[in-house]
Amino acid sequence: MPINYYIFLSIALFCIGVVGVLTRRNAIIVFMCIELMLNAVNLLLVAFSKMHYMSSVLVNPASTAGADAQIFVFFIMVVAAAEVSVGLAIIVMMYRNIHSVDINFLNRLKH
Amino acid sequence: MDNQNMTKLIYLVPLFPLIGFLINGLGRNFLSKSLSAFVGSGSVLASFIMSVLIFMEAKTPGFSVVTVKLFDFIKTAKLDIPFSFQVDQLSTLFLLIITGVGFLIHLYSSAYMKEEQPHHYARYFAYLNLFVFSMLMLVLGSNYVIMFIGWEGVGLCSYLLIGYWFKNGDYNDAAKKAFVMNRIGDLGFLLAIFWMLGQYGSTDFISIFSRAGDTAPAVLTGITLLLFVGATGKSAQIPLYTWLPDAMAGPTPVSALIHAATMVTAGIYMIARSNILYTLAPVTPMIVAVIGLATALLAATIAIRQNDIKKVLAYSTVSQLGLMFLGLGVGAYTGAVFHVMTHAFFKALLFLGAGSVIHAMHHEQDIRNMGGLKKHLPVTHLTFLAGCIAIAGIPPFSGFFSKEEILGGVFAHNIVLYIIAVFSSLLTAFYMFRLYTLTFLGKFRGTSEQEHHLHESPLAMTLPLIVLAVLAVLAGFLGIPELFSTDAHWLSNFLAPVFAESTVHQQAHVVSHSTEWMLMGGMVAATLVICFYAINKFRNYEKTGIEATGFAKVLENKWWVDEIYDAIINKPLKGFSLFLNNVVERSGVDGIVNGVGKFVHYSSRQLRWLQSGQVGSYILIMVVATVVFFIIQLFGK
Repeated sequence: MPINYYIFLSIALFCIGVVGVLTRRNAIIVFMCIELMLNAVNLLLVAFSKMHYMSSVLVNPASTAGADAQIFVFFIMVVAAAEVSVGLAIIVMMYRNIHSVDINFLNRLKH
Repeated sequence: MDNQNMTKLIYLVPLFPLIGFLINGLGRNFLSKSLSAFVGSGSVLASFIMSVLIFMEAKTPGFSVVTVKLFDFIKTAKLDIPFSFQVDQLSTLFLLIITGVGFLIHLYSSAYMKEEQPHHYARYFAYLNLFVFSMLMLVLGSNYVIMFIGWEGVGLCSYLLIGYWFKNGDYNDAAKKAFVMNRIGDLGFLLAIFWMLGQYGSTDFISIFSRAGDTAPAVLTGITLLLFVGATGKSAQIPLYTWLPDAMAGPTPVSALIHAATMVTAGIYMIARSNILYTLAPVTPMIVAVIGLATALLAATIAIRQNDIKKVLAYSTVSQLGLMFLGLGVGAYTGAVFHVMTHAFFKALLFLGAGSVIHAMHHEQDIRNMGGLKKHLPVTHLTFLAGCIAIAGIPPFSGFFSKEEILGGVFAHNIVLYIIAVFSSLLTAFYMFRLYTLTFLGKFRGTSEQEHHLHESPLAMTLPLIVLAVLAVLAGFLGIPELFSTDAHWLSNFLAPVFAESTVHQQAHVVSHSTEWMLMGGMVAATLVICFYAINKFRNYEKTGIEATGFAKVLENKWWVDEIYDAIINKPLKGFSLFLNNVVERSGVDGIVNGVGKFVHYSSRQLRWLQSGQVGSYILIMVVATVVFFIIQLFGK
């Protein structure tokens, strides 16, 4: 499958994420959109890594090119998981305090 | 050499006053009055003893110039200025004057300043010692840079001492005036040093003087004129003399120190030291002579109408200094140095005598309120009279010999200058005897309370007066003119090596003995007549409320020189600075400074709207910015 499809899919996912973050006010949805962007990037990383591997294996069948990118993605997912737990905890605490998950409601740092 | 043991110890001479300065200056809060007076006077006495020992060696026949190098002062690839002292006949003679008269003044001060607080008393002696130290540096330096250090030092000390009573605003102004006037002259001196460095690559006396003959006349003229500018500042000549009369704001012994032993003689010393440069320079000597004569005449006319005892003496100093410069200008170097010496004695005597009078009169300085002090202050009266006779130039007192030598040199040089010089010299006799008569003769014109308290000063004050009076009477015999006895001019023989080079270049003026006798006789007769005229005129002086008119008023107001300076220098300068303050500062500088502030304030007000607290808008801006960067990255190249 040509790489283009992966790239377009990534761009689409990323843009959905960006627009979601910009337009939605619900913190949980904003959070999901951030995850979406993260995954779009992950997808791109994996796709490029595969492409890189396919082109170099033709020259050298024993090549392991692109394997590091795959490992990177795992790392990103691990970090993202940790971040999700922290982020969700924040949202829970926010809800407990102000009984809302509206991000525009919580703008007291401005003052 | 075996006979120069003492000369090697020359550094001790300035060292003693420096140590005295440090002890008194640092310990001013702990030292008792008698201790600080002891340290102050003792250190100068020690250096006087050293000076005498060195002088004894310098006096021996066959003594050649000794340069004692202490350490390297400035040493770079092309420039080598050692910190070294030069011992020769001229510097040892000055050493004697400075430390000798200086010691007497210190001794006198110990009694005169008795009423001061202990820490002020110690501060006073610290300044005095520093003053003597600076002056010794000035005369001992073997190059112009070391001389300049002392030169600046005496300027500083005069400032400190004139403003000694710093709580009085007028005194502070006088101190500042002295300092600023001196600075103007110092600039000339400094430029001369730089020029000499450029011309000769050295500031050493010996090396410069040996090469003076090969220098272009124009360069020599420039250097000597700049040096002379320095001398006019330090030695109070036209146009920078106005600080000296104001310098009497300091305590009276300080005036004596400034006027007699130190400070004002610096200019004379410097020109006498550089005599070969002046002899070879084509125009300068004439300028020196004319300026000196003009100063002598101007100051003498002013002195006639002054009523402050110290002011009269101050103007007489200016006048006598003018006479010395006249002597230097016409090449009578020995005469000028001779007059420095005799003047140091009688002017110190007169000032200390005036101090004694002021002491007795409880700080009254107006001679119109004195009179009849003769019977109350017998010692002061006699010594003061000796000083007056000496300065007026009546034989056989010292002033006669030194003045006669200068006038003789002037006569041989130019008859017009001679006539004016004689006139100003006769004026000297007139105003000095006016001063003497108003102070000591007639009847007392002060308040009865003052009269009741009149008393002779203590021994510490009268002793210096007596010593100085003896010197003022006898010092003249060091330089007996050839007229009276051949080869009896001891001073001339002593100083001959210093001025030897110049003597070669000067054409000898021979004045016949009969002319000389005539001039001298006429001069003495005229002086005597003037003296008796002055005594008679003021013997029965009564205070009148009548204001002076016409020419007398001009003299009373000192030719309005201060006012003229004020009008042509101070006023425009003030106007200009007001313009800078009101226009340039207000609209220019302030505009820029306030403009920057306003701009920052305004722009920050506008930027504040960006921080709305809406997370969405922040992210939008971030995304937009990222997209913009992307576009620039992709299509910008």
